[in-house]
Amino acid sequence: MGEEKNLRIKIGELKSDIGLLKNLEISIGRLIGEEWVEEAGPTPFPSITDLREWDLKILQRYKPFYMPFCDVCCLCTFGKCDLTGDKRGACGLNMAGQQSRIVLLACCIGAATHISHARHLVDHLIEKFGRDHPINVGGLNVEVEAPVTRLVCGVKPKTLGDLEDVLNYLERELTRLLSATHTGQEESNIDFESKVFHAGMIDQVGMEVADIAQVSALGFPKADPEAPLAEIGFGVAEATKPVILVIGHNVPSAAEIVDYIMENGLYGGVEVTGLCCTAHDITRYNPKAKIVGPISWQLRFIRSGIPDVIVVDEQCIRADTLVEAQKIKAPVIATSDVNCLGLPDRTRDEVDKIVHDLVSGASPGALILDPAKVGEVAVKTTLLVAPKRMKFKAIPDVSDVIEGARKCRKCNECRRACPNDLPIPEALAQASNGNLEPLANLYEECIGCARCESACPIGLQIHSFIVKAAEKRVKEEKYKIRVGRGAIQDVEIREVGGPIVLGEIPGVIAFVGCANYPKGGSEVAEMAMEFAKRRYIVVTSGCAAMSIAMYKDEEGKSPYEIFPGRFDAGGLVNVGSCVANSHIAGAAIKIASIFAKRRLRGNYEEIADYILNRVGAVGVAWGAMSQKAAAIASGFWRLGVPVIVGPHGLKYRRMLLGRKDKPEDWYVYDARTGDKVYVGPVPEHLFYGAETKEEAMVMIAKLCMRPNDTTKGRAIKLTHYIDLSKRLFGVIPDDVHLFVRTLADVPLTMRDEIIKILEDKGWKENIIPDPTLLPRLVRKRGE
Amino acid sequence: MGVAVEPWQTAEIPGPKKALSINNPQIVTSLIKRSKNPIIVVGHKAAEIQLKNGLLIDYIIRISEKAGIPIVSTPSLQSEFIKRGFSRVVGMPLVDIANRLVDPEWMGLEGKGMHDLAIFVGFTYYVGWLILSGLKHFSPQIKTVSIDMHYQPHASWSLPNMSLNDWEKNLEALIEGLE
Repeated sequence: MGEEKNLRIKIGELKSDIGLLKNLEISIGRLIGEEWVEEAGPTPFPSITDLREWDLKILQRYKPFYMPFCDVCCLCTFGKCDLTGDKRGACGLNMAGQQSRIVLLACCIGAATHISHARHLVDHLIEKFGRDHPINVGGLNVEVEAPVTRLVCGVKPKTLGDLEDVLNYLERELTRLLSATHTGQEESNIDFESKVFHAGMIDQVGMEVADIAQVSALGFPKADPEAPLAEIGFGVAEATKPVILVIGHNVPSAAEIVDYIMENGLYGGVEVTGLCCTAHDITRYNPKAKIVGPISWQLRFIRSGIPDVIVVDEQCIRADTLVEAQKIKAPVIATSDVNCLGLPDRTRDEVDKIVHDLVSGASPGALILDPAKVGEVAVKTTLLVAPKRMKFKAIPDVSDVIEGARKCRKCNECRRACPNDLPIPEALAQASNGNLEPLANLYEECIGCARCESACPIGLQIHSFIVKAAEKRVKEEKYKIRVGRGAIQDVEIREVGGPIVLGEIPGVIAFVGCANYPKGGSEVAEMAMEFAKRRYIVVTSGCAAMSIAMYKDEEGKSPYEIFPGRFDAGGLVNVGSCVANSHIAGAAIKIASIFAKRRLRGNYEEIADYILNRVGAVGVAWGAMSQKAAAIASGFWRLGVPVIVGPHGLKYRRMLLGRKDKPEDWYVYDARTGDKVYVGPVPEHLFYGAETKEEAMVMIAKLCMRPNDTTKGRAIKLTHYIDLSKRLFGVIPDDVHLFVRTLADVPLTMRDEIIKILEDKGWKENIIPDPTLLPRLVRKRGE
Repeated sequence: MGVAVEPWQTAEIPGPKKALSINNPQIVTSLIKRSKNPIIVVGHKAAEIQLKNGLLIDYIIRISEKAGIPIVSTPSLQSEFIKRGFSRVVGMPLVDIANRLVDPEWMGLEGKGMHDLAIFVGFTYYVGWLILSGLKHFSPQIKTVSIDMHYQPHASWSLPNMSLNDWEKNLEALIEGLE
């Protein structure tokens, strides 16, 4: 286990007998960053309020719009309190405060999940490889190994042991943030929002710690644009073999399963399949492992009876996994202290005894907190249990579906429970006549939650009915995904930094997040392909990266087979699992650091200001569902990167919206002169929910515009914005004039029609400044 | 006065203040007639839902034309309005129009001042539910009316849950009441 370090001293300046010390940090006698010559910026290891001023600046432009999910507060025994309208609760908090408080709670949960994941990984990897194991995420190709950590903490981690210091800081901040949500603490919604940003920022650090630790120690691809292709889809598992299914996000146990298989010559005899981010990471560990799909595939794959043993770690795992596993007679092995499933702790028991109990059915599962033991138990159990179970499944036959459909009372409860309002009763009515096609057609848009089944008063297994009806297409789900490459190389940043900052590469679009899609995962694939074809840089991670893979063009190719994995115009870059999201933030930071030579060390505000004003990056979380996704988004907001969510994302209950009709909101300083200059609404929003894919696509193109764009760059960005609007909306956007600063911004091919719009709108030319929101960055003329 | 009914999505329980149910479309016509500056807010489903005498968007245009109310629609619908020769429409994302409707200083869609009545139609249920919640809590100056097929508890007034057939009849009755 890692050694706890409870003491950290920060000294800005100290005069003593031994001389003058500046920016000294001491943590239990260890000096951090002593070998890093870069001068430290103003906010290493920032506290909650150290970046508050920056937060207030951006919140002044992007004001919260709240959509309460519940009108009451029931968090303390004063309540329930009705907060409708301008009412205040017994504690004095109003609705805006309450909503922002809940957002903070969500982000704290998300950040805690990544940070505790990171802590577990670092502890485990230190135990296995030693505290001095070097951080290496890309060899000579990646000199800036931990851009987020360098930026936020002002330290440059060299070994796994160095990451412990970073984690100590994150855990301290997280505790402070969570305490702010207690009754009778913070009252200002804007201060809650600032804390939300803080939670997001430390979440990004936590993710980075987790991923650079596992990349360094487990031999994952190291910033490799040509990381291998792996198989993905329901149909890729060889069902005739014994199959292990790993679910979750924390890879050590899954890695030990692969090790045990390899060390014992069992390769080819046992299938290792995965769901969710453990699946991403197990293919980074061994690309011959197979990904079944994102979170929505859990129930359908378990019920298929294909997995013989199910191994769960942590995060985004269905809370009925044990129940579902018992339906198919598959033992479950829990491997994380945060997800014990009520199972007995068998960590200290002999392997053969645990295996015996699981195979015989004496115990439905076991909690084993030793990854190596999990590996041995899982494989041995799978080999013994597979012949006994004979792939026993919980998916009904066609005759059962038809018979079940005939029992339907047409009460509509299933539809009223369905998150996507799918027409289940109508499909069941058709099924009762033997026509299963309408049921099969629900498959693409079904998110696999099974709320329909919980709602059904007569207990129809509606989700299973849908999966059975769609059986043919389910079995044909076979695609390719490029395994997560991890970081972006410094040389890639050097090559694209200029074109991005000048606007000539029109943007970096990150498709991230969960699979709570309004109309199926194909929408994400379609969006990603559209922007890759338009020569944006498309980056992806997590469930979104899987959904992009699960799509084929007319020639039967998956997007990862069509587009290269390089961080360049037209690339499709899968960085990896959720925690690999940090490399996306890292790429934006490295553009400021490597390309623009801005100082990184503890210099958050300046770098965020740079990104907001110059780096045309946009995050898209089309199926965002979890608290982790909320935390990830909030990290991007503080860093100056706008995020678009799909319609379900509105349930995060708060948007951060700019007002393009208020010119006073869109002034920046010209760093050359100190003058305040109107730059137009770029980027217009910081957190935006779109109703439809089409709306999102036009908004993506729009939010890539930045004040620093050159005229050539702005013309390219405007071309995409206008072209997408014409194609998807059938009109030229009515706000084009707001994005034209000089006539040189106008795309040549659209010149006549845009000039006419400019004349009609009474447009006036503006200068293009060296933009910043920070007065301290203003240089005097001539300097 | 109407009576409160159940939300369409079972778990979307709001709070103490729920929409009054519109049991007679004349309530809507009466609200429109009393309003000084109404607006119709239209979501993307308006071009997807087929009713007896056309798509939902066709009914909305008839309401707008008869009552003289401007429309703000989700941007993807603009071409649908234009195709039908209807021009009193502004395309604006839903979150943007909602964000303006909570600003008492906003001068409205046509520069005539803040709207006092917003009629919502054509929305995915949970999207309408959330936006109407935002307006209920943060825009006390506006009455909101949902004329979608399912009960929206966060509106000031809402049609109750009904069949497609009954909904169509209610919309026709509403239009007739505007004569």
